[in-house]
Amino acid sequence: MRNRLRWLANLFQLFIKELRSIKADPIMLVLVLYAFTLAVYSVSTSASTELKNLAVAVVDEDDSQLSRKIISALQPPIFQEAVKISAREADMALNEGRYVFVLDIPPNFERDVLADRPAELQVEIDATAIVFAGNGSVALQNVIANEISEFRYGGGLASTAPVNLVMRSAFNPNLNSVWFGALMQVMNNITMLTLILSGAALIRERERGTVEHLLVMPVGAGQIVLAKILANGLVIVVAAILSLVVVVHLLLSVPIQGSVLLFLLGTTIYTLSIASMGILVATFSTSMAQFGLLAIPVLIVLNLLSGGMTPMESMPVWLRYAMQTLTTTPHFVSFTQAVLFRGGGFSLVWQYLLIFVGFGGVYFALSLMRFRSAVLKG
Amino acid sequence: MMEAVARLEGVTHRYGKRLAVDALNLAIPAGCMAGLIGPDGVGKSTVLALLAGVRKLQAGSVQVLGGNMAEKRFRDEASPRIAYMPQGLGRNLYPTLTVFENLDFFARLFGQGASERQARIHDLLTATGLDPFPDRPAGKLSGGMKQKLSLCCALIHDPDFLILDEPTTGVDPLSRQQFWDLIDTIRGRRPQMSVIVATAYMEEAERFDWLAAMDDGKLIAVGSPDEVRGRAGKASLEEAFIALLPEEKRRGYQSVVVPPRVVAPDEIPAIEAEGLTCRFGNFTAVDNVSFCISKGEIFGFLGSNGCGKSTTMKMLTGLITPTEGWTKLFGQSLVGNEMEIKQNVGYMSQSFSLYTELTVRQNLDLHAHLFHIPAGEIDARIQEMLTSYDLTEVADALPDSLPLGMRQRLQLAVAVIHRPSILILDEPTSGVDPVARDSFWRTLIGLARDDGVTIFISTHFMNEAARCDRISLMHAGKVFAVGTPEELAERRGKPTLEDAFVSYLKEASGIPEDAPASTAAEKAAVETALSPAHAAPMRQRHFDPGRLWAYARRETMELLRDRIRLWFALFGPVILMITFGYGISFDVENLTFAAFDQDKTQQSRQLLEKFSASRYFSERPDIGSSAELQNRLKSGEVNIAIEIPSGYGRDLKAGRQPEVSVTVDGSMPFRAETAKGYVTGLATGYASELMRQSGQSVPAISIETRFRYNQAFKSVNAMVPSVIMLMLVLIPAIMSAIGIVREKETGSIANFHSTPISKAEFLLGKQLPYIGVSLVSAAVLFLLAVFLFQLSLKGSFSLFALGTLLYLIATTGFGQLVSTFTRSQVAAVVATAIISIVPAVNFSGLIIPVSSLTGMGRAFGLAFPPAWYQPISVGAFTKGLGWGDLWPNMLALGGFCILFFVLSLLLLRKQDA
Repeated sequence: MRNRLRWLANLFQLFIKELRSIKADPIMLVLVLYAFTLAVYSVSTSASTELKNLAVAVVDEDDSQLSRKIISALQPPIFQEAVKISAREADMALNEGRYVFVLDIPPNFERDVLADRPAELQVEIDATAIVFAGNGSVALQNVIANEISEFRYGGGLASTAPVNLVMRSAFNPNLNSVWFGALMQVMNNITMLTLILSGAALIRERERGTVEHLLVMPVGAGQIVLAKILANGLVIVVAAILSLVVVVHLLLSVPIQGSVLLFLLGTTIYTLSIASMGILVATFSTSMAQFGLLAIPVLIVLNLLSGGMTPMESMPVWLRYAMQTLTTTPHFVSFTQAVLFRGGGFSLVWQYLLIFVGFGGVYFALSLMRFRSAVLKG
Repeated sequence: MMEAVARLEGVTHRYGKRLAVDALNLAIPAGCMAGLIGPDGVGKSTVLALLAGVRKLQAGSVQVLGGNMAEKRFRDEASPRIAYMPQGLGRNLYPTLTVFENLDFFARLFGQGASERQARIHDLLTATGLDPFPDRPAGKLSGGMKQKLSLCCALIHDPDFLILDEPTTGVDPLSRQQFWDLIDTIRGRRPQMSVIVATAYMEEAERFDWLAAMDDGKLIAVGSPDEVRGRAGKASLEEAFIALLPEEKRRGYQSVVVPPRVVAPDEIPAIEAEGLTCRFGNFTAVDNVSFCISKGEIFGFLGSNGCGKSTTMKMLTGLITPTEGWTKLFGQSLVGNEMEIKQNVGYMSQSFSLYTELTVRQNLDLHAHLFHIPAGEIDARIQEMLTSYDLTEVADALPDSLPLGMRQRLQLAVAVIHRPSILILDEPTSGVDPVARDSFWRTLIGLARDDGVTIFISTHFMNEAARCDRISLMHAGKVFAVGTPEELAERRGKPTLEDAFVSYLKEASGIPEDAPASTAAEKAAVETALSPAHAAPMRQRHFDPGRLWAYARRETMELLRDRIRLWFALFGPVILMITFGYGISFDVENLTFAAFDQDKTQQSRQLLEKFSASRYFSERPDIGSSAELQNRLKSGEVNIAIEIPSGYGRDLKAGRQPEVSVTVDGSMPFRAETAKGYVTGLATGYASELMRQSGQSVPAISIETRFRYNQAFKSVNAMVPSVIMLMLVLIPAIMSAIGIVREKETGSIANFHSTPISKAEFLLGKQLPYIGVSLVSAAVLFLLAVFLFQLSLKGSFSLFALGTLLYLIATTGFGQLVSTFTRSQVAAVVATAIISIVPAVNFSGLIIPVSSLTGMGRAFGLAFPPAWYQPISVGAFTKGLGWGDLWPNMLALGGFCILFFVLSLLLLRKQDA
């Protein structure tokens, strides 16, 4: 009993020491602060997949009232003002990537429309602009079809359809990409910074030789590793929750649908598992530079292949399974989306919490094993 | 007055605010062995670096070999005549290169031909006794051998002025003696050569012809050793040095007296070790070491760097588990009683290993707590330590701001705060000045004699060893003698401990006792090595491809032997390419939908069939209630919920425009947007079909969309070429930046400063290997694109290949540019990654098409190579373009290659600041 208390007392001392070390590293603190404030703000507001400012060229071979009406309907913010070009220029313009869309309005188009004769508009799309080509072409077609319908029947498309299709978007009615981007950014930062912070904490001690110093004292490897995981995890969890409430909710006015407490619980467990992973990566490197080289690919893989960027179902099956069985991050992304986007409650997400605990345990055990063999022996 | 080889006048040098050299005037006599003595941090290294021309002169003048070192032209001319060996064991060597490869590199830098190199290297290796190990990596040599190799590297070009900065620190006495004998022999052969040596060992300085003693950037004495001793009226140089220090430094100094030890009989030994052996793989670091140390004894542990001392100490403290053998502390085995025993041990390691981010007091506090000093006593104990170790004034300062001597006191205070009965100290005094060292020893002796603490200490200083009760001598993993200092000297019949140690070492290394340090054969080799026939006239060329090649060759060898860097260079792009290729997909497929069909008529089923038939959607079981609809959307199980009201079929037939509501999960906006597009398209088709069925006129207008370049509209076709763009900037730039900054960190950058290599040769030589490695990874990326992602190259291959080459030259050049203003590898990695990722990801068409960028963003993109390479990669792969379309991009890339090179050339400094 006394031994157990002493063990805990030393863990607490080391935990305090870790916190002091973090406090004394201004660069890391600035990085954490930047990542959870400015970066969340700027990345979520600028890098969006929302249709914006698309460049359209029109080859107007009709030059009629209708064709001009269509051209003038292409307006910001989705489109740039359409530019008229000649048929000969079209290929060149697409090759050079000057426009994403080239709309061709054939001669006598207006006349054919008025006479209800079949007529065909052509849209050439630069499909290398993969993000905007698909949704952009749908938007473009909608605008054109609406204009034609109004011109011909005096009303929009809806008035003529046999069925009234009402489409709604749940959880994000206007499909505002900031809502998504901001939360994903917070999640990515949690993963990235926890891994860097905990790994760097171990490397710092290895580089300075203080690990040895600790181990000569009545302190075990388990306490050293655990103290790092807890202290660095705590810092990140606090920063993440502040970022969520202050930057995402108050500043960017993103509504938070679910329970922040539930998110806090899940994030805490997840963060501890990633901190263990950081220690694990750090045991494979002897210097901060090596750690950097190892961590960069790991972080990019975690951030891109976990469903935060691209839905998991769009990835090849083998890759999806590999990610889900080897790393926690895909589960964390699902957990966050369920809780914060869709307002899922404990009954919907409890299994994620178990997964985090499982992964955390495995990473911790592995990092402890590696710590003993790599750090102590060499 | 003798003729001077070098003369300093009014030289002052600062590092930031710290004054390192203070208005120094000094003339160093030519053709002799000159010494610069004083402890660490008094400005010795700065003076030598200024003499060698590797540091930029700040104020005053430096004349070397009759010329002004402030002039670049003279420095270029003089650099082949000067040899500089920087401080630190093998610091200018390349640890992964073998002995031969290291020498070969230096020989190439001095423009020697193949046969000349062979001959010289052979001679030098024979002369230094390194000839049995030409293929051993420099990093695996012992300290003494490293220093000999460093010396060989310095001597490879027959310098006229040899500058050695603490060449023997951390080297065992035999190697030290061999080293000096070697220098003597060389000087005998080449009397015109001048040598200046800095050293912290006062005993060594006795053999110099002339010496200058420094303290705090100033001279405190100049002259022959006899003159210096005579002036202070002391018998040894060490005492003389202390006597010559300014008054305030000597205050409180007392010489160290060791009171005799009272031995208590029949006590349990404090430390007992039996047959300790430690192997790392094939290498036996410690071989069958045993000793028995009684309570209160000061036990000295002597041996060279890398002989197994530290490993033995780590085994005693339980840091390393011995491969064989056992240790008992106070009769208790280390195994199983670890925590209890640790409570009784204090440890202080070689380098300063306390937390620099914690204050003095916090460091003491942490240790007091970790050793479970009762909470009520902690404050008093900390106060006691602060007072008795003279740290009260700096209690709240950070350790980094303290002088070395004070930091050592802090380390000792921390090591004894819990009143341990055993202290294990690993070279606690290296680099500390003599006054501080002696006061440190007085504390140690007090602990041993007054408090009965057993002290196990390793040291390089013989005068410290002489103060121990007993010492053990260790070499190459074996302890070959244990006894009191007097006994050991007596046993070998030598006057001093040092001589005895050397004699033991000779025996251990199989050198006959009476043999001179260097054999006749070695002397002969020195003779040939330095004979004029070898000394080919030095060709000084402005740009020498040979020197460039020397650097390129060496960098390649180092890179190929560094597993982590090579892994990053070759596999990094592959892993990331796969990640990006699959990870950034904008293909939206497999959207799950479920219907809440309250109508269940033929008409409603007809509508739902449209969904099931689409390849974008996959059907899930029907929904039974509104609550279920909400829940299943929430859980993410269903992406799209379709609600068909009752009476749908009836209303449809009646032409009453029944309402169908479709709810899309909006949590991922892009997916939702695309899903809505699919639903709209599907609904339009459905509507036309209905209208046709009911005989209504259907608008005859169709909008044909043609997806150019990528008919299947697959993400990979567009993403993969852009990802190649991203990979080939990120990784080559980071690699080449590290390539240079690494040398700054390890110290081998000194070779760039001190040898005749020019900036252009250096930059290009260091760039070539990275271009080569990057070309390999570019080829792998190309193959991945073709075979894994099934892309075909539609455009010109020659365009793609040449464009990629230019791009790689530009991006590696960019890394070099970053390396000119970063100092640590971490900073280089972070800075390069950020500076290259931002324009490559945001402003080069990776996600947002360049045509949608406006003003600043576009301009920012165009200021970096990725925006110019992306059209080449995408053009060649997806768009099928050729030279006619893309020649301006090629020109721009070529421009970047030149621009980055020129900028690096301007920013790179041949001299240190």
